[in-house]
Amino acid sequence: MTDLKYLFFLGCVIPYRLASFEVSSRKVLEKLGVELEEMPEANCCGLPLDSVDHESMLVLAARNLCFAEQKGLDVMTLCPGCAGTLRKVNKLVQEDKAVKEKINGYLKEVGLKLEGGKIRVRHLLQVLSEDIGYEKIKQAVINPLTDLKVAEHIGCHVLRPKKYIGFDDPENPVILKQLIEATGAQSLDYMYKTDCCGAPIIGVNDKLSLQIAGDKLKNIKKVNAQALITVCPFCQMMFDTNQKRIEQALEEKFGIPVLHYPQLLGLAMGLDPKDLAINELRVKATNLLNKN
Amino acid sequence: MSDGKLVSETKSKAVTMCDFDCSFKAELSKVAGVENLKFCYQCGTCTADCPIARVSKDFRPRTIMRMTQLGMKERIFEDNKIWLCAACFTCVDHCPQGVDIAGVMRALRNQAVKEGKIPKTFVDIKNNIHKSGLAYDIPDMRKRKRVENGLPELPIANSQEISKLLNLVAKSKEPKTENN
Ligand code: SF4
Ligand code: SF4
Repeated sequence: MTDLKYLFFLGCVIPYRLASFEVSSRKVLEKLGVELEEMPEANCCGLPLDSVDHESMLVLAARNLCFAEQKGLDVMTLCPGCAGTLRKVNKLVQEDKAVKEKINGYLKEVGLKLEGGKIRVRHLLQVLSEDIGYEKIKQAVINPLTDLKVAEHIGCHVLRPKKYIGFDDPENPVILKQLIEATGAQSLDYMYKTDCCGAPIIGVNDKLSLQIAGDKLKNIKKVNAQALITVCPFCQMMFDTNQKRIEQALEEKFGIPVLHYPQLLGLAMGLDPKDLAINELRVKATNLLNKN
Repeated sequence: MSDGKLVSETKSKAVTMCDFDCSFKAELSKVAGVENLKFCYQCGTCTADCPIARVSKDFRPRTIMRMTQLGMKERIFEDNKIWLCAACFTCVDHCPQGVDIAGVMRALRNQAVKEGKIPKTFVDIKNNIHKSGLAYDIPDMRKRKRVENGLPELPIANSQEISKLLNLVAKSKEPKTENN
């Protein structure tokens, strides 16, 4: 098994907009004995260009994977989009000779070569649930959040498409629920729980995007969840940064704080909310902090 | 519900033979991810389970699959509907025929881009990647703030190398319109 050391692939959106996810993840992982090596050479995972040109995506992802192979370390990402893309290309290059040849044809021009399948690509959720394990997480919880009832939004790219991800069950996911319960909090079920947050089309049709997220928030409010827990930067921003806009569009008040899972876990591990960058949330989590 | 922005309402009109573009159909069928499209038997599972179709009557993945099978190029591109897919992959996981619906959407978008129909956000992202390797232009102030807050410095990517790779890919498509 792993010795809990990873090459940390940060991606683009987290350093651009969401330091709170990075700060809280680093704090929690360090406490759990995970060693992160910074990826010195990295570029966009490629996903944003898939719509423009599929091959550009393949090449961008492959370039990142080359450096990971050189280091011989598994990659860890916080962004499910990056994780899914890197994993897919890693597998594709390993299994599809034609794709491998094509990509390496380009990479050769800059002195790189990709084997494929030599290292693994892990999303934070896999590192927590499979590599670290629930037992170890439970042991680290010294301040169980037993009064807290939350809702979860796992995000599509953590689990889909199943063919490439093969982790948890996208139709009935249990892993985030178990991780939430390890903190002592309760994870409530709600309608449309496994549905998309709407973020990918924000800029194409804002109205639809806000409505999709709003429908979810309505159902989360209905079950009286005190917070929403996410593991994807785009989902978190959709529900947190855009919550005011959603409230305006739907003419309904929500006021639901949206925490990155590592923030929730950090609180249960007795870490200072400041060290977890909880003050950076747009919808303030004051009620929640006073309670626990 | 008419705040369509980029996406306007689809006008329904009768289909005629002139709507079928065989070369478009042939070119698309060569693209990776589109192989299984021929197996689509129009069951409608993709539309039924699509989160976008739930809130927009303008977006119907099943219809787009059928129009693609038939090569109805004009209709597919006419109102920018292909950019509404959220790439959530729900349909891909649910299709009983193994059609990579999101892959077909992607192929359609790639084709639209080739013909110059590219939304502005993607132009920005592409330019940023050429410039810095990252999809967003991260201001220096934010990079300094990282370090002040105790985070490691943001690595600097070799943007020349990245740009070179992307240009090679673009160039490989220029002479013949061969796409794979
Ligand atoms: S679910 Fe599959 S077979 Fe059914 S309509 Fe959609 S693409 Fe066709
Ligand atoms: S991948 Fe696109 S078409 Fe398929 S269910 Fe998701 S949004 Fe709808």
